[in-house]
Amino acid sequence: MAKAKNNTLTLKFDTARVYAPAPESKSAAKILPQYDLFINGKFEKPISKKYFNTINPATEEKLSMVADANAADVNKAVKAARNAYDKTWKNMPGKERAKYIYRIARMIQERAREFAVIETLDGGKPIRESRDFDVPTAANHFFYYAGWADKLEYAFPNRTAQSLGVAAQIIPWNFPLLMAAWKIAPALATGNTVVLKPAETTPLTALKLAEIIQEADLPPGVVNIITGAGATGAAMVNHADINKIAFTGSTAVGKIIQKAIAGTGKRATLELGGKAANIIFDDAPLDQAVEGIVNGIFFNQGHVCCAGSRLYVQESVYKEVLRKLKDRLETLIVGDPLDKNTDIGAINSKEQLANIHKYIKIGVAEGAEMYQSNAAIPTKGFFCKPTLFTNVAQSNRIAQEEIFGPVLSIQTFRTDDEVIEKANNTPFGLSAGVWTDKGSKIFNLTTKLRAGVVWANTYNQFDPTSPFGGYKESGYGREGGLHGLYPYVEL
Amino acid sequence: MARLPILKTYKIYVGGKFPRTESGRFYAAKNAKGELLANVCLSSRKDFRDAVVAARTAFGDWSTKAAFNRGQILYRIAEMLEGRKAQFVEELMMQSATKPAAEKEVDICIDRLIYYAGWCDKFQQIFSAVNPVASPHFNFSVPEPTGVVAAIAPQNTSLLGLVSLIAPVIAGGNTVIVLGSFDKPLCAITFAEVLNSSDVPGGVVNILTGKPAELTPYFADHMDVNAILYCEADAEAQQMITEKAAMNMKRMKFYPTMNWLSESAQSPYLIMDTQEIKTTWHPIENIGGAKAGY
Amino acid sequence: MAEKKISIPSFSLPPRIDQVGVEERASRFTKRSIKKETKLNGLFLTLNMIDLTTLEGKDTVGKVRQLCYKAAHLHDTYPGLPHVAAVCVYPSMVATAKKAVEGTGIKIASVATAFPSGQSSRNVKIADTKFAVQQGADEIDMVISRGKFLEGEYNFVFDEIAAVKEVCGEARLKVILETGELVTYDKVRRASDIAMYAGADFIKTSTGKVTPAATMPVTLVMLEAIRDFYYKTGKMIGMKPAGGISKSKLALHYLVMLNETLGSDWMNNQWFRFGASSLANDVLMQLEKERTGVYQGKDYFSID
Repeated sequence: MAKAKNNTLTLKFDTARVYAPAPESKSAAKILPQYDLFINGKFEKPISKKYFNTINPATEEKLSMVADANAADVNKAVKAARNAYDKTWKNMPGKERAKYIYRIARMIQERAREFAVIETLDGGKPIRESRDFDVPTAANHFFYYAGWADKLEYAFPNRTAQSLGVAAQIIPWNFPLLMAAWKIAPALATGNTVVLKPAETTPLTALKLAEIIQEADLPPGVVNIITGAGATGAAMVNHADINKIAFTGSTAVGKIIQKAIAGTGKRATLELGGKAANIIFDDAPLDQAVEGIVNGIFFNQGHVCCAGSRLYVQESVYKEVLRKLKDRLETLIVGDPLDKNTDIGAINSKEQLANIHKYIKIGVAEGAEMYQSNAAIPTKGFFCKPTLFTNVAQSNRIAQEEIFGPVLSIQTFRTDDEVIEKANNTPFGLSAGVWTDKGSKIFNLTTKLRAGVVWANTYNQFDPTSPFGGYKESGYGREGGLHGLYPYVEL
Repeated sequence: MARLPILKTYKIYVGGKFPRTESGRFYAAKNAKGELLANVCLSSRKDFRDAVVAARTAFGDWSTKAAFNRGQILYRIAEMLEGRKAQFVEELMMQSATKPAAEKEVDICIDRLIYYAGWCDKFQQIFSAVNPVASPHFNFSVPEPTGVVAAIAPQNTSLLGLVSLIAPVIAGGNTVIVLGSFDKPLCAITFAEVLNSSDVPGGVVNILTGKPAELTPYFADHMDVNAILYCEADAEAQQMITEKAAMNMKRMKFYPTMNWLSESAQSPYLIMDTQEIKTTWHPIENIGGAKAGY
Repeated sequence: MAEKKISIPSFSLPPRIDQVGVEERASRFTKRSIKKETKLNGLFLTLNMIDLTTLEGKDTVGKVRQLCYKAAHLHDTYPGLPHVAAVCVYPSMVATAKKAVEGTGIKIASVATAFPSGQSSRNVKIADTKFAVQQGADEIDMVISRGKFLEGEYNFVFDEIAAVKEVCGEARLKVILETGELVTYDKVRRASDIAMYAGADFIKTSTGKVTPAATMPVTLVMLEAIRDFYYKTGKMIGMKPAGGISKSKLALHYLVMLNETLGSDWMNNQWFRFGASSLANDVLMQLEKERTGVYQGKDYFSID
């Protein structure tokens, strides 16, 4: 009989120790020792002559070296993009543009395993996620937008859409390939050309994408991929000859960008941070809701802008939800991202891990109660156990500030109006979750929550046809779906 | 001695298989010089009946596939057609097309399939609506495929009319039975082979060859067909179809003036021609916060 | 075990189960990669959890004797193999089977209560059960009255199970819900709760005579019912998915699901069974493949 000493009932989970290692083979991944900048259809040495390392956060081993683009390199890339726009891309019929974008989609599908392994090595996310989610969704995103290229006349009633010109795109490290797809696909479909900078800790899948773009014979200069850090990004934002900026990253940087382009006439879309409320009512399907909680905060190690990081549980079911949540935590395996059984991989960088630890300390200092599973974590690399904080108040910093890690703050609530008020009581507004079996209550919540994406009885669902983006300080503009075309056209 | 080639047998395509017509009848398809091209099935009413059963059986699965999945399958059909371009050009030339005209026809068909592949998961976004009703209800309208569609392909082209008619119908989630051109039947059957190798489930598209005058009345009066498409400028035939279609209210679409070669012959409105609109209501509770609705 | 006051819930309150969520969770278990020693242990455990079954109108004494021999001698050329957990037969065959497995430790499970339809009177069902128990059955697999359940007569269903449990004596009672006829997951949950509160020792998905039989999502719903029941009452209940599990890979997915829903205390044949007939040979083929390194063919494994 499964009983603890003090006679409370428990179940025994020993999940991690029961499964033999099942590593994915690294042989699929061909990573060069050094990468240059992809400009005008070729890999060009950086004018800056500088390179920097990219490492595997699970092992801290160096994977490769990538170029560090300076202002002159940025200028070269923008010039190539402008030239390609004026001479080739702007006037190419939509149905021919479509064919290039379809090619990219198909080629990603063909090389899916290689992309998945490299994404896991470079960023630390579990191979199961990069294989089953990141790579197929990225390919599907290209496939979806390819279809729009020759159909723009139907997308905007009473308007003839014009492309904008050159788009400067800066993407984050949490979904490197997918974010590249989210940015490049709609830009190309609507007739724009692109200069894209991947995050400095995760450049490799974007560079692989550059290889595919070469193979697909995309006209040179239509897509340029340059690597670098904050300074490179700033040079892109400040370059006089770009028409549009698309940025996904922290709210703080988003604000800097908006101030930098003030008065320049440049268009912008910003997809910034979040602190989503995930709300469980007493009539929710509880086992599925717990799965939704776990999915909401531990998917991709919690490195998700729309993570359900604030849990609100109706008080009458709080004990039961917490017990189920703790049991479920015991079956989450933290470990080598390349192991097919790993649920929670490596934290993306030393800095990010330090940031998460900082917030865990704050939470404890604020008087919240911390709970972590019994998972064994590797001694090398950057890892964090899935963490819950109970006894949290709305005014705690861990309930207000974005942690961007596998840390969940849990509060209780009593009535519908109370939780709606609390859910909206934040400067962020990217996403929210609602769990209840009652249809009319679902729509009560979904109409009142001030968030760009509301998930009812599910969480972290993404689809190329579904627009994604925030309210308030989570940014503006949408990616995905019909509405994802708006940011890249002049109407 | 020169090698003796194997002559192709042109059978019909029903339920993902290539049976002969159950009637055992045939007709001789001839080229412009009166030379025999092939003995082709003269399909019967029973063949059409069997095809309707196959189409109805396939509808449940095809209409509930993810729209994006249908798009991928249509794209695959285009890939397969592109790969077999030379064969189709040759068949069109056997049926009196010049080489440039034949190549143009096949190119248009491939591009048209790509066009509709792209619409599969987008037309809903254009033609649906969330309706701001005055009562506290969430109210939305969406297109749904009508079901089994019977179509008589344009008779003056061997491939273009057939593909132009089929693509929007299946892109929208319907299944279809199509009668090919009587005088130029070859490409319809060869196209069936392309469908068969493109991950299109059996029964989604069924292709018959035979006499329009004999079969059109049966296309029009079958009680388990939801829509009929007819392309000739024949007022009498249109009237006959309209009268017979009234028996089960099947939807009728006539395309007598369509120029299949031009870009105007492809549009999402052709998808909507075989769609129904469903409107759904659900109450919205109003507790807490300022009153809000959709 | 501490004395807990068990209050029986109202069975007319609808359970809340989200189908899409259940199926997503069930699908996630199939992503676990089971290799090397984990795979070997899992295959051995699977064999030891099988209720080797024959429930045909055309069953005879000869057929049952041959099946019982197979149950104890799955593949004698592979040393150290476990035997199956039980042999499952109709009441008329219980005596034959009991004699045939004497000394092996294999249990005899008998179906009862007008299996498979359950469409008969209370008296007939009780007599059917009593007969099987007298003949020597160690376990009884009964069917619930699905018609009464769908009519909303939950007390009837409850009382019937309790009455059968009473005449089981020492025999453990498995209650078959016939999930394929209940169709939705919330009905399966309700039926599971009724069965457990009424006295079931095991809950079982199917008779194997109706499609769909066992599926991973339906089994997950039942495992979660068992978990909630355990936390409310302290009583462990066993689980038996039956029908449709003929491949080792699928059986291993079930074991992963069991391991991650109820934990290690349920990972033995006291608390989990597979109702299967051809699964055993597929497991043997996998074990031989692991031992020899080459894929196997059907000709090398006895079919009984």
